Amino acid sequence: MDLTDQFPIVQLVDGEGKQREENSHVTVENAKRFYEHMAFSRLFDQKAVNLQRQGRIGTYAPFEGQEASQIGSALALEDGDWMFPTYRDHAATAAFGHSLENIFLYWKGCIEGCVPPPGKHIFPPSVPIASQILHATGTAWAEKKKGSDRVSLVYFGDGATSEGDFHEGLNFASVFQIPVVFLNQNNGYAISVPLERQMNSKTIAQKSLAYDMPGVRVDGNDVFAVYNETMKAVERARRGCGPTLIEAVTWRYGAHTTTDEPSKYRDQSESDRRRERDDPISRIERFLRANDAWDPEWEIKVKADSEKRLNEAVSEMEKTHKSDETLMFDHVFGTEVWPVQEQKERFFHEGSEKA
Amino acid sequence: MSIAVNMKKMTMVQAITEALKVMLEEDASTLVIGEDVGRNGGVFRATDGLFELFGDDRVIDTPLAESGLIGTSIGLAMNGFKPVVEIQFLGFIYPGFNQLITHATRIRTRTQSRYTVPLTIRVPYGAGVRAPEIHSDSTEALFTHIPGLKVVVPSTPHDAKGMLISSIKDPDPVLFLEPMKMYRSGKGDVPTGSYTIPLGKAYRRRKGEDVSIFAWGAMVRIAEKAAETAAKNGIECDVIDLRTLYPLDKEMIAESVQKTGRAVIIHEAPSSGGVGSEVITIINDTSFLYMKAPIKKVTGYDTPVPLFTLEDDYLPDEKKVVRAIEETVRF
Repeated sequence: MDLTDQFPIVQLVDGEGKQREENSHVTVENAKRFYEHMAFSRLFDQKAVNLQRQGRIGTYAPFEGQEASQIGSALALEDGDWMFPTYRDHAATAAFGHSLENIFLYWKGCIEGCVPPPGKHIFPPSVPIASQILHATGTAWAEKKKGSDRVSLVYFGDGATSEGDFHEGLNFASVFQIPVVFLNQNNGYAISVPLERQMNSKTIAQKSLAYDMPGVRVDGNDVFAVYNETMKAVERARRGCGPTLIEAVTWRYGAHTTTDEPSKYRDQSESDRRRERDDPISRIERFLRANDAWDPEWEIKVKADSEKRLNEAVSEMEKTHKSDETLMFDHVFGTEVWPVQEQKERFFHEGSEKA
Repeated sequence: MSIAVNMKKMTMVQAITEALKVMLEEDASTLVIGEDVGRNGGVFRATDGLFELFGDDRVIDTPLAESGLIGTSIGLAMNGFKPVVEIQFLGFIYPGFNQLITHATRIRTRTQSRYTVPLTIRVPYGAGVRAPEIHSDSTEALFTHIPGLKVVVPSTPHDAKGMLISSIKDPDPVLFLEPMKMYRSGKGDVPTGSYTIPLGKAYRRRKGEDVSIFAWGAMVRIAEKAAETAAKNGIECDVIDLRTLYPLDKEMIAESVQKTGRAVIIHEAPSSGGVGSEVITIINDTSFLYMKAPIKKVTGYDTPVPLFTLEDDYLPDEKKVVRAIEETVRF
C-alpha cells in the first residue's frame, strides 16, 4: 500500500529559498540563527574529516548534508530536555550545547569525550543501532513520572527502523504516552544498503500508524520545516499528549565513515547534484537573498568566528595525548570491586616496572 | 547486616515479595516492572499483592518485549528511579542481552559516572521443576563475563530477602538469579522489616576439614546432602554457598581450601567456561601450594538443557557429588 499521499513531504522553504507557506518561524532572524549553526557544523565536519586524514583523530562518521535535520530539531529543545544522538549527530549535540573539545576527544579515542557539560542532558553517541531509542523513552518516562514537562528527543537513521528496539521503543512510548520525539534522519542509505532494500513501505513516517501516534514526513533539508515540526512535537509532548515520529528526508553527501568509499555502492554524482540544487545551507542563503537580508560581510564573519571556535577546540583536544589510565578502572562500578581493583594495582605496578 | 528481632517462616518466593514490599515502602523511587507483574502478581507470584498496595504507577505491567523492558528501565534508572525488572525465565532474557552488555553495564564508564544505572533484574533460573523447553537455563556465566554487572544467587529465603534489598540499593546493575527449584522447596526463618546482606560475601553452610564444596542456588542443597552422606564415611566437608558469582568471595574460597587442600565445585550450568572455572582460577592464584588433590567439578553437560524427562540425568545429584568428594580424598 502506497501511503506517500497520506504522508507528503512537508516544506516551508523550497530549494530555491522561496517560502511555500505562511509560518511564524520563517523569519530572517531565525534564518540567520539557523545559518550560523549550520555553517559552523559544516566547518566542524570538514575539520573532523581532515583531522582523521592527518591521523590526529580516529575513524569519524561525517554528517555533511544533514545539517538542517540536526540543527532544526536540536534548536527545538530547551535546558532540562534529553538528547540521544547516534554517532553521526554532532551538529545536533553541538547546537544543544555539548563541548566541542569533548566531541573531538571522543573521536580521538578518549572516553572523557562522552561527558556532556554540567546541566546538559546529552547521552554519549549510541553505537549499536536503534538501542538508544529505548533510553530516550525511559528517561522521558521518568520525566512524566516526576510530573515535569521535560522531554527526550532521539536521533536514528533509516536502517534503525528495521531493528526491534525501534518498534519496542515506539510501542512503549505509545502504550504509556511518554513525552518523547522520535527523530528519524532518512538519508537513504544504511552504510551501503538503500532504503528500498531496508523496507518495502514507501515512508518511515507511516510506521507511526501502527503505534497510533502522530507521524510526519518533512523535508530534512528545509531547516524551517524541521524546526517547525519538531517544535510542534516537543510542545505536544510537554502538554502530555505523548510521542511523535518525525521522518526528516535528507541525504549524506559523503561516506558512512572515513573507512568507506560510497562510490562502491552508489553513484556519487547524485551527491554533486544535490549539493548544487538542494543543499540545506545554500537554501538559507537563497532565502536571505530573496528577502534582501544577505550580507556577504556577515557570512565572512560567521565563518571566521566558526573557524576560531573550532581551532580553539582542536587545540584543547590536542592537549590530551591519551586518556588518564585510571579512567579505565575507576568508573566500572560505583563501589570498589576486588577483581577490578587488583587488576588496576597490577597495571600500575607493572607500568612502574617498565618505567 | 542490621539486627532484626522478629522472624517469620516463609518460602523463598514469599521472601522476595517481602523484599520488594520493603523497598517500595522505603524508597519512593523503587519501581517493579515487567510482564505480568501487576494484576497477575508475576508468573511465580513473586510480586503478589504489590499492585493492589502500590498501584500501577509503581508496579507496572509492560508490553511483552524484553529488550524494551530492560532498555526503558535503563532510561528510568539514569533519570532518578530504581527499577526492579522481572524477566520471567532466564531463557527469555536473551532479547535484552544487548541492552545489558552494551548499555546498562557501560553507561557509568562511558560517562565517567555522570550517569549511572541502579537497575536490578530478577530472573528465575535453573532446572529441576519439570518446566517446558527453554525454561530451565543456567547461563549465569554469560553474565559474570560482562564487566560492570554484579551477579547474585541466593539459596535460602533469608538470603533472598536480604540480598534483594542490597541489590536494589546497589548503585549499579545487578542480575539477581532466583533458583526456581528453591522457590517453594521449604520455609526458612526470615527477619521481618528491612535488612541487608552484603553482595560479594559467601556463606559457610557446613563446617569441615577434609574437602571444600563450592556451590550456589539449588546446588547448595545437593552439596549439603552429599556432605551429610560423606560425613557418615568419615569425610567432613566445608560447604560454601558462594551467593554472589561476581564478584566472587576470594577470601572465603582461599580460607576454605587452605584448610582442606581439596575442592569440589558444583554447578548445573554446562562445564566449559562456567563460573566453576573461575573458582579454580582463584584457588590457583591464592592457594596452589596448599592443594593435595586436583580440583573436581560436578556440572551439567555441554549440551542444551534437555527436556524434562532427562533433566535428572543432566543435573548434578548427591551421588555424583559424593563420588567426586571420595575421588579427591583418595587421590
